Amino acid sequence: MIKVEGLTKKYAGITAVNDLNFTVEKGEIVGFLGPNGAGKSTTMRILSCYLSATSGRASVAGFDVASQSREVRSRVGYMPENVALYPEMRVQEYLEYRAALKGVRGRRNRQRVNAVKELCNLRDVEQKLIGALSKGYRQRVGLADALLHDPDLLILDEPTIGLDPNQIRQVRQLIKDLGKRHTILLSTHILSEVEMTCSRVLIIDRGRIAASDTPEALAGRVRTAGGIRAEIRAEAGDLEKALAALPGVRKAEVEEMPDGWHGCVLRTDAEHDPREEVARLAAARGWALRELGREQVNLERVFAEITQSEELR
Amino acid sequence: MNFFTLLNREIRAYFLSPVAWVVMFFFLLLTGFNFYAGVAALNRGPSEVTVVEAFFNTVFFWFGFVLIFPLITMRLFSEEYKMGTIEPLMTAPVRDSQVVLAKYGGALFFYIVLWLPSLLYFAVFTRVTRLEAAGAAGPFLGAYIMLLLIGMFYLAVGCLASALTRNQIVAAIMSFTVITLFFFTGLLNFFLLNVTPALRELTAYFSALEHMSEASRGFFDSRPVVFYLSLTVFVLFLTFHVFQSRRWRN
Repeated sequence: MIKVEGLTKKYAGITAVNDLNFTVEKGEIVGFLGPNGAGKSTTMRILSCYLSATSGRASVAGFDVASQSREVRSRVGYMPENVALYPEMRVQEYLEYRAALKGVRGRRNRQRVNAVKELCNLRDVEQKLIGALSKGYRQRVGLADALLHDPDLLILDEPTIGLDPNQIRQVRQLIKDLGKRHTILLSTHILSEVEMTCSRVLIIDRGRIAASDTPEALAGRVRTAGGIRAEIRAEAGDLEKALAALPGVRKAEVEEMPDGWHGCVLRTDAEHDPREEVARLAAARGWALRELGREQVNLERVFAEITQSEELR
Repeated sequence: MNFFTLLNREIRAYFLSPVAWVVMFFFLLLTGFNFYAGVAALNRGPSEVTVVEAFFNTVFFWFGFVLIFPLITMRLFSEEYKMGTIEPLMTAPVRDSQVVLAKYGGALFFYIVLWLPSLLYFAVFTRVTRLEAAGAAGPFLGAYIMLLLIGMFYLAVGCLASALTRNQIVAAIMSFTVITLFFFTGLLNFFLLNVTPALRELTAYFSALEHMSEASRGFFDSRPVVFYLSLTVFVLFLTFHVFQSRRWRN
């Protein structure tokens, strides 16, 4: 469905996307994961024909985004990162206008507008001025717009940003349902979102693909990136040595806390989980142990891990 | 088909925004006063000018006239750039040329609507005085055709300015400057010391003042027609290319 070869986009002085290559097959839900400024939005804007690439090629459903852009646009439903709408229009009016622009006219216009209103729960605001809508509703109008012409490919740039937890859950469920009939490329920097909705993950960093994996495999990498966290009261020198000697521990970081306890972080190999050993060690030495668990991982950690290992290779 | 969908939206955007009504109100106020001044001048005694000629050749008309174009056109592209609505617009399967022409068409429509009430002035004049407002059909038609021609060109200039920037004020200043230069070129003759016949000829060719005064006296000259039509097409062509270049500039 999507084929990207050697795609590069340079803004004045900055290379936003650097020799990007990837393909997305029909029916996949692919998550585009990366920190801010990694090139996600730029890539999506090129695929939806809003921007031109500096070099390289990209095609959607067999049509080139540069030379056959209108063919591409009529097959892509794109929801930009900041959904911008005309504030003086009513929701109903806006959707009818957008559908007509996308070539959906006459009776089909009415049908499609009704269908997307239903899908995105917009029934109760159809007569409201867009300027008076909350962020969550505006976001849903943007999503409804992307669905109007029943596109083969949906490109959603951070579709859940700015929504409340309830709405996020609804939108994720909606994306999952849509994935049964559409190919979807969505971007996010929320890890759990990818795990919940996507069949494949592309990690993009500084304009390049850093990894392409299933969410499960990615989750595995994330766990090892996280390490083990423990809070123990003991002699510092002793503690560090003992922890580092545990099987599977690559490195032990010990830090004194204000109340005299020690916060410890253990970096381990992928297959090792030394929590049991830590507990046993503490019991054997008579140390007080008040916390033992996995470190909360954020995306930055994963990126650091993945991009660093890429560089080592 | 897409063109009419876009044009429809452009026209509605004008009439749904308060700016349009404010512009219309003050424009009517100004032209109404201008008309009153013209009639008052004729009342003072016998005159060689008709009320139509008096109407289109006063300072009130000039200033109102050059000011409305920046106000009508400044939002066309700039507003969409600024709000970001340009993104959904241009990711729909529309041609760049359709968007440019629809925006221009919307502005032209609003411009025409702005002038419609002025027809009423002359209708009232004829009814009350039982005199022909323009003396004959020629000057009347001439004045309105010239109004349309000059308007077409100045609106195109405004479109171009708006396509160049996301800031409406900057767009308005750019188009105001260019339009003022074009409109008042004819006054150059009064300021320069040595006006050669060739220079007079040249400024007359550019001078909207001259064009308007000729047309409202019933003279038909094909040169301004060619001048305004060709410039309109040229500036719209530039607008189209500026608009297209956003894909690379961003």
